[in-house]
Amino acid sequence: MNDARSILKPAVANATQAAPAAAPKLAARDLDFYYGKFHALKNITLEIPEKRVTALIGPSGCGKSTLLRIFNRIYALYPGMEAKGEVLLDGENILDPKYSMNLLRSKVGMVFQKPVPFPMTIYDNVAYGIRHHEKLSKPDMNDRVELALRQGALWDEVKDKLGQNALGLSGGQQQRLCIARAVALRPEVLLLDEPTSALDPISTSRIEQLVEELKQDFTIAIVTHNMQQAARVSDYTAFMYLGDLIEHDTTSNIFSAPSQKQTEDYITGRFG
Amino acid sequence: MASEHEHHILKSIDAEQHRLEGELLDMGEMAVAQLEAALDVIDRRDDRAAERIIANDEAIDALENEISQDVMKLATGGPLARDLRYILTALRTASDIERVGDYAANLAKRSMALNKAPPLPVSHVTGLTSLGRLAVRQMRDVLRAYRDSDLVLAQQVRDNDVELDLRYTSLFRELLTYMMEDPRNITPCTHLLFMAKNLERIGDHATNIAEGIWYSEQGQHNPLPPRVKGDESNTAG
Repeated sequence: MNDARSILKPAVANATQAAPAAAPKLAARDLDFYYGKFHALKNITLEIPEKRVTALIGPSGCGKSTLLRIFNRIYALYPGMEAKGEVLLDGENILDPKYSMNLLRSKVGMVFQKPVPFPMTIYDNVAYGIRHHEKLSKPDMNDRVELALRQGALWDEVKDKLGQNALGLSGGQQQRLCIARAVALRPEVLLLDEPTSALDPISTSRIEQLVEELKQDFTIAIVTHNMQQAARVSDYTAFMYLGDLIEHDTTSNIFSAPSQKQTEDYITGRFG
Repeated sequence: MASEHEHHILKSIDAEQHRLEGELLDMGEMAVAQLEAALDVIDRRDDRAAERIIANDEAIDALENEISQDVMKLATGGPLARDLRYILTALRTASDIERVGDYAANLAKRSMALNKAPPLPVSHVTGLTSLGRLAVRQMRDVLRAYRDSDLVLAQQVRDNDVELDLRYTSLFRELLTYMMEDPRNITPCTHLLFMAKNLERIGDHATNIAEGIWYSEQGQHNPLPPRVKGDESNTAG
């Protein structure tokens, strides 16, 4: 672990970075990413510390969602895309073609901007993924589904209607179901891509409270356009702009006195 | 104070910050005018003018209320970084200015108490008025530093406070001597002591405002160096 950490120190100080206190769970190292000829991420070196929440912020098109997608190699689904450099999960390079995609997806879960429940029962939404990875007895499966729904802070609202279609749930409930579905696979890292942008303030607060609870067990990276949300839920914040990592620091530093002018202009809503 | 930076994309934020800044500067100007008037009535032994000063303090308090409401309005928009530091500083600066206004009213009140006794020898009062002039200068400078985001001037104000402290300590000793010389001096000189203390405190508020300007412009990562203190009246005797 110590070896891995010394390797993870940023090689190029093109961004101001305060070394996170917690051990890195996930780390990008000299990462470049191309959509065809478009250079979407430029030499990104960034550590995501274990069991902490790291927020990725920046204007649309800055590369934050792309970075999130690299963390579980969703980009591999599309042709013409190329990643250079390394992304280390517990010190192992997940960009290595030999790294098992199945293993990666079970270790790194993802939740998207729009809740996308499967058109099936609430119970099956959660059980579906588990069945792909594990063979469980009916009582064991029941326990796993209950645990996941509890972790998703949804159990009390759905325990009496597990057989109902998930599409009947409210938007906020659907999003919490998606989080429950992701944590059901017992991942180590959770990637949240603007998980509350389509939700009302109460549902948003529920998800934020959930993020706070989930960081006891998971390493979380969250992309958000809501600066106050990043300030509320994250421990570290990374600001990206046009494919560059501009500043990475503790959330309290970023939102009270960032060291880069570009960061300040962005979070205060000024012309850059 | 925020004007020299790039404008906000949402123009109403600039307008509200501008309004807040105007109110703070008005409030500061009123407090300094009150202070100058108070120093003047001490000299002239004018009870009616003193009463007017005491009554005027309400206007400063009212402006502080308005500032609180404007800060609240800006705060509901969720300001961050420079904007957040700006409103925190505005709130603290308003409360510092409000205290300066209170001290000015206090000076006026005590001048009326002094007027109940026969006039003191001129030498007994000059120390106080020169302390007062220094306090006025500190307040004027710090308000200018606030208006212009002038960090150098803000630092100067903070450094100059030691001069006010030293003069206060020396005036303290002087007044003690007058009291020891003649017990009939005890009542008026006690009033003068409290007035001197008020002026010394005004200097502290000017220092607070200066430090606020620094914080608003620089954030917490670049703190000011420690300050030399010159008030030794607690050990004088």
